[in-house]
Amino acid sequence: MSHENRIPMTHVWEHEDTSRIPFWAYTDEDIHKQELERLFYRNHWCYVGLEAEIPQPGDFKRTVIGERSVIMVRHEDNSIYVVENVCAHRGMRFCREKHGNTKSFTCPYHQWNYDLEGNLQGVPFRRGVKQEGKAKGGMPKDFKTSDHGLTKLLVAERGGVVFASFDHDIESLEDFLGPTMLSYFDRMFNGRKLTLLGYNKQRIPGNWKLMQENIKDPYHPGLLHTWFVTFGLWRADNRSELKMDQHFRHAAMISTRGSGGKDTQTTNVSSFKESMQLNDPSFLDVEVEPWWDGPTAVMMTLFPSVILQQQVNSVSTRHIQPNGHGSFDFVWTHFGYEDDTPEMTERRLRQANLFGPAGFVSADDGEVIEFSQQGFEQKPFHRSLAELGGKEIEDTDHMVSETLIRGMYAYWRKVMGV
Amino acid sequence: MKTENYLRLTQFYQNYATVVDQANWSAWLDMFTDDCIYKVQARENYDRNLPMAALSLTSKGMLQDRIYGITETIFHDPYHQLHMVSSPLILSESDTGIIESQANYTVLRTKNDGIAEVFNVGRYLDRIRITQDSIKLESRLCIFDNEMILNSLIYPI
Repeated sequence: MSHENRIPMTHVWEHEDTSRIPFWAYTDEDIHKQELERLFYRNHWCYVGLEAEIPQPGDFKRTVIGERSVIMVRHEDNSIYVVENVCAHRGMRFCREKHGNTKSFTCPYHQWNYDLEGNLQGVPFRRGVKQEGKAKGGMPKDFKTSDHGLTKLLVAERGGVVFASFDHDIESLEDFLGPTMLSYFDRMFNGRKLTLLGYNKQRIPGNWKLMQENIKDPYHPGLLHTWFVTFGLWRADNRSELKMDQHFRHAAMISTRGSGGKDTQTTNVSSFKESMQLNDPSFLDVEVEPWWDGPTAVMMTLFPSVILQQQVNSVSTRHIQPNGHGSFDFVWTHFGYEDDTPEMTERRLRQANLFGPAGFVSADDGEVIEFSQQGFEQKPFHRSLAELGGKEIEDTDHMVSETLIRGMYAYWRKVMGV
Repeated sequence: MKTENYLRLTQFYQNYATVVDQANWSAWLDMFTDDCIYKVQARENYDRNLPMAALSLTSKGMLQDRIYGITETIFHDPYHQLHMVSSPLILSESDTGIIESQANYTVLRTKNDGIAEVFNVGRYLDRIRITQDSIKLESRLCIFDNEMILNSLIYPI
């Protein structure tokens, strides 16, 4: 049997560096289960939502970390708690609403009742029933409600964004992000209150890592997203930088739209049409905002759970919610800032037509991820190539590199032990 | 409502379905007024008064630009659409020829090599301008029930 036809039973990273990525990293269910444990449930802060989604005490939002259902809730004292949506009694996912307002959580099965911090408050028939003067049944004397709360997560909040961790022995959110990422995070979430504009949700039949890679890949935007190029929003020679944290797990692609003209040399797109004009230019009615401090687009990948988007006036979080090795839900939360004028809100909404499952430049991303997964599934013994810009892992001052993908897999290999 | 106008309205709804199923985009554009609105919005956003929509086109120029996008720039798996549209419910009718109406829809998607699947279900919420010789959409909101769009939504529904 030739080497190429062998499906590996144990996962060995055969290449010396991460300029080759084995397809089994995307197709193996055991690898996926390990990723959930090591990347989503341990040692990593995961995105759960925006404070603006739960503005009032008692407001809650149901969401997920990895594949575990959790509830983010605002307490009466205004602090935010995150608890796992699994009843301590019989394990039921009791919360069925996506959002709402409540004073406590009750599992309908046996009416076990929890406060907003997840503490068990009481259980029906704890003392049994009284028959002929005798108490019958009920919980044993040594049953303590304090032993049977919901699983409580550690919560970190910064600039109106909420992260949580099942792992209570985790470094601070600030250390997790590192100084470089933190500076771009604080640029976007600079203390102004956020306003919720709404959601876009899509189910993409591909491995969740492909979405992280998509936003660590500055090679494709000017080639796949013809719309970007056609209407002058993207040029390969735009002033740009690629930056990572010290572990290479998070990254930022930072670019500043040039003022130069368009030509086929810088775009490399054969279908490029010099004369194309939008019938309605308000799609690209960009207004420079003071907080940008230069860059017109900063795309941050925070490993493993979220992408933070600033593309001119359109700002959103994109939450990665895996379901199995070959599929994930991708939830976009679009927002604005409390001091936005109505015109700025309109502008953010109009530019949102570029993004999301129907977006001029994002619809194609979901499609290529689906077809990449198809390719991986059909030859799991093979590997992909990420060699643009060399084999090194380093920050760059240009966009013609796949260094961020190599960096992410260097980190992934370390955590996964492969 | 005059019987004749109701007949024209039901024909209009069925014609719309045929036009998008056949990917006849110039005919689709012709079904809208110049100052039209066309949105495809998740029911969750609509019910919670959140303005975000998967598609939010607020002029005929934007509709034209969308057609340019889907025919010239967006890369996607080719697929056919099949719409099943209910008969319209008339919500109101003004003396000036404005009808507010709604209808339920189901969109089935069939990809190359594939079998039909339920792609999107919801309701149209419409504002329609009817005159002696024309009937056009001033506004069409497609409010869909699906929690998740199946990967991507390319064509108008």
